[in-house]
Amino acid sequence: MGLATFDFEKPILEVERQIEDLTSQKSNPKISRKITELEKSLHELKVQIYGNLTPWQRVQLARHMARPHSLDFIKAIFTNWTEVHGDRNFSDDKAVVTGFGHFGERPVAIIGQQKGKDTKENLARNFGMMHPEGYRKAMRLMRTGEKFNLPIIIFIDTPGAYPGIGAEERGQAEAIARNIRDMFTIEVPIIVIIIGEGASGGALGIGVGDVVLMLENAWYCVISPEGCASILWRDRAMAARSAEALKLTATDLLDLKVIDETIPEPLGGAHRDPAATYENVRAYIAKYLERLTPLPVPDLLNQRALKYREMGVFVEDTKE
Amino acid sequence: MWFRKRKYTVLKPPVERRVEIPDGLWHKCGECLAITLAKDFEANQKVCPKCGHHEQMNSSERIISTFDPDSFEEDNEHVKPADPLKFFDSKKYSDRLVIYQKKTGMNDAIVTGTALCGGYRVAAGVMEFEFVGGSMGSVVGEKMTRLMERAIKERLPVIVICASGGARMQEGILSLMQMAKTAMACARLHKERIPYFTVLTHPTTAGVMASFASLGDMVIAEPNALIGFAGPRVIQQTINQVLPKGFQKSEFVKEHGFIDIVLERKDLRPTLINLLSFFAPWAKVSESGEKKAESA
Ligand SMILES: [Zn+2]
Repeated sequence: MGLATFDFEKPILEVERQIEDLTSQKSNPKISRKITELEKSLHELKVQIYGNLTPWQRVQLARHMARPHSLDFIKAIFTNWTEVHGDRNFSDDKAVVTGFGHFGERPVAIIGQQKGKDTKENLARNFGMMHPEGYRKAMRLMRTGEKFNLPIIIFIDTPGAYPGIGAEERGQAEAIARNIRDMFTIEVPIIVIIIGEGASGGALGIGVGDVVLMLENAWYCVISPEGCASILWRDRAMAARSAEALKLTATDLLDLKVIDETIPEPLGGAHRDPAATYENVRAYIAKYLERLTPLPVPDLLNQRALKYREMGVFVEDTKE
Repeated sequence: MWFRKRKYTVLKPPVERRVEIPDGLWHKCGECLAITLAKDFEANQKVCPKCGHHEQMNSSERIISTFDPDSFEEDNEHVKPADPLKFFDSKKYSDRLVIYQKKTGMNDAIVTGTALCGGYRVAAGVMEFEFVGGSMGSVVGEKMTRLMERAIKERLPVIVICASGGARMQEGILSLMQMAKTAMACARLHKERIPYFTVLTHPTTAGVMASFASLGDMVIAEPNALIGFAGPRVIQQTINQVLPKGFQKSEFVKEHGFIDIVLERKDLRPTLINLLSFFAPWAKVSESGEKKAESA
């Protein structure tokens, strides 16, 4: 198999190799029995390893080059995908794709942060790191969606907003701030799905939704584990420890009431069975479109505001 | 009323900061190294008389220099930080919080309330950089949101003085969500047409700049303040080139169109009063505000 693998996957690979060896031999009942046994233990091993991933291992899975990216999801889930470009102001940020398509019969607006499959494409996509014009491009699409009453589906997958000179000159902070604010005024349902990396303001800049879903091995946090490690421990190698401390997995975010639901991935991660992953995501989009589209606009906007109004944990001590 | 009122007299003076001045008599400018009498420096609102360098002020100094004397009434002072992630690095977050609380005399990195500014009644928020770098966690988010909700309810214009390195990392995703929460409150202010002015002081960056600080109807900055999204060091490491002169400083950000006015400290209060007179004439409650300020 051509997929890059991690150290923690080595025991699985070893058994897979044994099975391959046996399969290539001339078959006889004894070998068949052996293969069945090995397949059984392979499954158990996978459940054991993939069922107990550490936060840092999940971060690595979320970054796997072969993991399906936004356009893979878009092409698999929607029909008549029609990509549109640019922010009508400065340029076309290729770190984010925007367009329209049909979800079943229903036309929708679609936005996705786009990483590359290889280094060449990653350079063209700026590794999914948006510039201010990308945030403005996304907002332009949201406004068009709103105008024609199309629900908005957003796929998040970014290592962060781009930290560069041009990005600062063109108002990265302002672009993100304004998007976050204005997403509270968009009068159509917004479904946000974190499919890989959800790093900080770069993710949140297109990440305010009526419902926020997260794939099982995705991560979402205020800072990357490496960034946190280099600030707090002055050592990027402490990333595994900081991934633990930051509580950035889907399960953690569910506990902290930041996301609504976790979307399961196939054993071993989305890249091991992309078709099954698309199918899961499709089912969740269907469920929430069903739920959100009948809501009157004032109720929709109130619920969205209230959802974020409640976020945060503090103590209120009125005695004293 | 649902909020508690108290006269704003309990803030501690910035003890540590004055220790470096021998006998408290002299002040050495951090920028040009000029030595001036500490009392002259204080009287000049902590601006170096030689080079014009604006030294950081803490929140109590800000309140005094911005609002009418004795007019600030704090609210929500009992909203305190928790430790939802049980976060620890070399120290526990909960222990760090106690250290900062002792150092600053504050529960978290913002003080909110109402005040008069030239006789205009305003809702005011002032950030405290000395409290974990003015970072925004759940408390800053909640207090900012309550401030804006109160401003809508009582129809008060809002002034927020920012000083922040960004989000409170130790509260993880919850600190990121405070950007959404405060921006949501800004959306409501916007809809209700409540005037909202932000004052960006050194430094105002990252999560705070990418949420409520950028969203003022008027965005004002002090001279030479660091203002931006990403930190200069991160940018430097990413692009591996020399950053342009004055990069991410107030004047630079203004030249690129993201700040309305850059104001020296002495001009801040009169300008805020002017802006209030344009956008919120209905908020004027006393004529004496400015006179009191001059005689004080
Ligand atoms: Zn000086």
